Amino acid sequence: MTTSVPDPSQKHQRREHGLMLALVSPALLVILALIVLPVGWLAWQSIYHDGFTLENYRRVFTEDVYWRSFALTFEISLAVTGIALLLGYPVAYLANSVPKGWSILILSLVVLPFWTSVLVRAYAWLALLQRTGVINQFLRYLDVISEPLALVHNTFGTVVATVHILLPFMVLPLYATMQKIPNDLMQAGASLGASPSLTFMRVFLPLSLPGVLAGCTMVFVLCLGFYITPELLGGGRTVMVSMLVSRNVELYNQFGAASAVAVVLLLGVLAIFFVVSRFISLDRVLGQK
Amino acid sequence: MTMKRKFGLGCALLGAVGLTTAADAAEQITFVSQGGAYQQAQTVAILDPSAKKLGITINQDSIPDAWPAIKTQVGSGKPIWDVVDTPTGYCLRGGEQGLIEKLDFSKIPNAAAMPEAYRNPYSVSYEFYSSVLAYSQKTFPKDAPNSWADFWDVKKFPGRRALRNHPIATLEAALMADGVAPDKLYPLDVDRAFRKLEEIKPHITVWWTSGAQSAQLLNDGEVDMEMAWNGRVSAVAKEGAKVAYTYNQGILQSTSLCILKGAPNLETAVKFLNEAVDPVHQANLPLHIDYGPGNPKAFETGVIKPERAAQLPSEPANAAKQALMSYAWWSSPAGEAAEKRWASFMQK
Repeated sequence: MTTSVPDPSQKHQRREHGLMLALVSPALLVILALIVLPVGWLAWQSIYHDGFTLENYRRVFTEDVYWRSFALTFEISLAVTGIALLLGYPVAYLANSVPKGWSILILSLVVLPFWTSVLVRAYAWLALLQRTGVINQFLRYLDVISEPLALVHNTFGTVVATVHILLPFMVLPLYATMQKIPNDLMQAGASLGASPSLTFMRVFLPLSLPGVLAGCTMVFVLCLGFYITPELLGGGRTVMVSMLVSRNVELYNQFGAASAVAVVLLLGVLAIFFVVSRFISLDRVLGQK
Repeated sequence: MTMKRKFGLGCALLGAVGLTTAADAAEQITFVSQGGAYQQAQTVAILDPSAKKLGITINQDSIPDAWPAIKTQVGSGKPIWDVVDTPTGYCLRGGEQGLIEKLDFSKIPNAAAMPEAYRNPYSVSYEFYSSVLAYSQKTFPKDAPNSWADFWDVKKFPGRRALRNHPIATLEAALMADGVAPDKLYPLDVDRAFRKLEEIKPHITVWWTSGAQSAQLLNDGEVDMEMAWNGRVSAVAKEGAKVAYTYNQGILQSTSLCILKGAPNLETAVKFLNEAVDPVHQANLPLHIDYGPGNPKAFETGVIKPERAAQLPSEPANAAKQALMSYAWWSSPAGEAAEKRWASFMQK
């Protein structure tokens, strides 16, 4: 067909796009007004205080307090991500391989703590881990230990509670990815004589890797910004970056000093996203496809 | 003190009601404190009686940490608050930065009659609390630790310890542990204090950040002794926990009243300031909460019974055992440098 009349389907599509944009615009405005502008304003303050200044950034990059906090934050985030993967993968695998009713039960159990306040969970861990807590008292009752173990008010307690809070962010993307791996592939592997473990290693595991990467990225990035858990369970020594941010507001009495720390962390996170996106499409990390 | 809970909404509503009915009839001010049981106690003991006596309306607001709000309000050029009750250090710092009005004590006779250590050019002591040495009576049924030297003596007093994750009062305690007399602390020998703190650091289980946390640590037996605010310890003791504290070598701290620079009702605010530190109103405060009056004359009014007075941090005999915090030192450059040094001490 060679007519000059525009393709009606294209026109229709354009109108639909316009409608979509109109529908989305209130949400966009809210995000712009409540997130983009304030965050931008805070970032601006980090370089502008009675004139342009890089003082806040000089401090972040020269004083070793900051360096130690960033290092500790990345160490904790890595540890949490690793542990969450080790704990989360079998759970997701199980949920994927059992009948539907069971998988719903397993996933509900994963998500259930998610609906409890982070603060409540931090205190619950305190009740379990502290000197007079359930675990220490039980171990002493069994005569396994004579002195209570230092399970909390340190990095250990922080990591335990953080893993607990972030586990759903590992399990859910893993499960979503595993759901999409066709079962026929396993059966094909088996019919060709491969043992179950070989099929798993050669077929299932590689196909689940996008989920692993997605889950790890989510957990790692969320962990970088943890505040209340290390504050309550870290004993004061576990100073993560978010705590530096809050401390700097008090210490320097201006937002710029705190904002610079946040900007550096944000850039760090963006860098991580950038590196990860070289290996995997970001859409998948964010659960779009 | 920063953990007192908000009940600002209720107050704001009450204030708004008061505003519509009495605004054109009477003078008014907006008063800001830290909320919670503390602000309620003030309302009964000080604010309502003052409003009645002066014939003014006191609109209340509350905020756990007033400092950032003071900065923004005054910075905007049109503050809405008049009088703020906030840790004395902020009043001083605010005064130096031009955020707080300089007081004319000739118009505030009640404050002028107070000892000089209880006021400064920008503010007047409003109430006292103390950073004290608290301990578990289960661990120490007798021969309890009674000084910061005892707290530092891990051989004679074995047990788990906690300190506040903040240099204010903690450096003072370290120096007293090292033998400095409570009245000879200032200017603080910061190097010496940090050296002494390095000594106890391995034996500190928790560096607490909030008053609630310090109470929980003591209540659950998570630590055997710690530095804590007297009101927090007595609250835990009232709940039945076997805990106690000593005022010996406590660090006496205060919040003060100050007036925002360019406050909308400056003259009424000054009148209120004078009334708020009136000895009788002040004497009523400890009848409702475990804080001591900011005006020591309150103890001469007869309103506070002797057995109650003995429990209060600013009662003269108790005050004599303690160190009076110098907010002037803490807001000096040396004090600010010490505060910044704390972070690197903690993370080493």
